[in-house]
Amino acid sequence: MPVTLNIAKNIMTVGLRGDFSGYYDAESSDRLFKEIRQNQIEKIVFKDDGLGKWDSTLLVLIYDAAKIAKEKSVKIEMGGLPDNLQKLIYLALEVDRKPEKDRSGHSGFLEILGNWGYGLYKSVRKGGAFMHQTLTSFLRFIGGGAVMRQVDFLFAMEDSSYKAVGIVSLVSFMVGLILAFVGAIQLKTFGAQIYVASLVAIGMTRIMGAIMVGIIMAGRTGASYAATIGTMQVNEEIDALKTMGISTTDFLVLPRIMALTITMPILVILADFMGIVGGAAVGVGMLGISAPEYWQYSVNALNMTNFWVGIFHGFVFGIVIALCGCYYGVNCGRNADSVGVATTRAVVSAIVWMIVVTGFITMVFEALGI
Amino acid sequence: MSKAETQIKVENMTIAYGDFVLLKDISFEVKKSDVFVIMGASGGGKSSLLRAMTGLMEPATGEIFVDGINFTAANAEVRNEIMQRCGILYQSGALFSSMTLAENIALPLQQYTNYSPKLIDELVGLKLALVGLTGFEDFYPSEISGGMKKRAGLARALALDPEIVYFDEPSAGLDPISSKLLDDLIIDINKSLGTTIVVVTHELNSIFAIGSNSIFLDADTKSILGRGNPRELLKNPPNEAVLKFLTRGEK
Repeated sequence: MPVTLNIAKNIMTVGLRGDFSGYYDAESSDRLFKEIRQNQIEKIVFKDDGLGKWDSTLLVLIYDAAKIAKEKSVKIEMGGLPDNLQKLIYLALEVDRKPEKDRSGHSGFLEILGNWGYGLYKSVRKGGAFMHQTLTSFLRFIGGGAVMRQVDFLFAMEDSSYKAVGIVSLVSFMVGLILAFVGAIQLKTFGAQIYVASLVAIGMTRIMGAIMVGIIMAGRTGASYAATIGTMQVNEEIDALKTMGISTTDFLVLPRIMALTITMPILVILADFMGIVGGAAVGVGMLGISAPEYWQYSVNALNMTNFWVGIFHGFVFGIVIALCGCYYGVNCGRNADSVGVATTRAVVSAIVWMIVVTGFITMVFEALGI
Repeated sequence: MSKAETQIKVENMTIAYGDFVLLKDISFEVKKSDVFVIMGASGGGKSSLLRAMTGLMEPATGEIFVDGINFTAANAEVRNEIMQRCGILYQSGALFSSMTLAENIALPLQQYTNYSPKLIDELVGLKLALVGLTGFEDFYPSEISGGMKKRAGLARALALDPEIVYFDEPSAGLDPISSKLLDDLIIDINKSLGTTIVVVTHELNSIFAIGSNSIFLDADTKSILGRGNPRELLKNPPNEAVLKFLTRGEK
């Protein structure tokens, strides 16, 4: 046995013999701890009885024994052990600051529910306050009192306008193509494939164009807003703005919201056009409809109401995406991981809110007969 | 104003994150034109105390007075007025990455003064010269070294000729020479402009080089365990914790 125990005159002597490299013997460890707990001893003496190689597995044995001894106010003597081993044990015992709150216990159902409810309440309040700040900031801007740099606004415009043209065009073209394909399969069965033109034109202009642009811009620009502002939080740039008394909403949020609100409707028009072109590629190229005929049916199906509904959606989505991106950026934590979390939340929440808002707008327009 | 006049007064302040109390019921005063060092081990609440003193976080209890005005109870407008008289150098420099050094320094001047663009340009040049960065006006923060970023951050902190400058770990991440240069700069500013300096640091060389007064924050007791001139504290340590900290645990 590498660990021997001997108790005499209230002194426990623990002898260590042989190699303790990769040592694990639950039985002798438990016996040691049990003896310390059960016996009325004043001192534990660790003794080198021919100790060979050792590593952290020996350290952990002595450390655990020493902790139990400390709880029982039993003295420890390690004079017989190698110096470096003693130093490590004392070092481990010295750092004994425990967290004030024990996290080991499980929370009850009511506690979890309560925490969830309170968290939700705080989030709603925080979100409401952020929207209020943004609105106040915009009103300040109209009154000429907002601290917004023109160059930041122009940068945001640049980022959310022509730089997004390529991806918006490609995706919208493909969506138009898919719409035409799906429609054609059904319409062909009763020889009405010509109406593919109407289906694509109405579908794209009324909602599909706006939704596709919204999803692209949420992933592209909304994420970029959250990451940029979040990184500014990590780099203490937002602290610097706050302590300079400059409104972060004026300086960071307003230019981005204004830029995206302006560029989104323009991108929606582009998406509508590219979607119709995508539909035409299927109609003309695969369904045998002539180009003038396809064009005529598309124009006949288009009406200004659908067009403006799509543009309106684009405008609202612009506000939603920019608000989500900026909100999660401003409320980002102070480490690299938080920037990733903020970016993910910005994109997911923007898409969810876009769908919620679309449902709401559809109900209102339905009620108004639009 | 006499040198002994109190500029900042912290009274019975407790700083906590939720249930976790970091500092409990601490009080101290910073005299005008002092170089006041807030020292202590990492995790002891130094930076949180600085955040509370600059209004970036609300203390759980207690009050901060700046020139007799209750900063904690003040509304946003009054706080803003007080903060305009303060400059802050953050640990990372916190320069705005999308702006050049000149634009960074010009920002508070554009925001709070009616100076002409020409005068602002000249002031920017002066502030950069003060920190030894003449010629770097058009550089972006990403194009300069860590030490230069800190000096540029200091130039921005000095833009509005503040009465108080707060420093958060000014030596962090700097080589010994850059660190010494920054310490010298802090002393120069304090001596030449009479600026009150509040420095949060655990760098012993800096503490002894610049500190005219100090407090030692202890993480275990969550309180102030030592106060006074750091060199005096080293000579006559009030307790073991202060001695251990000031001698790197060697005594």
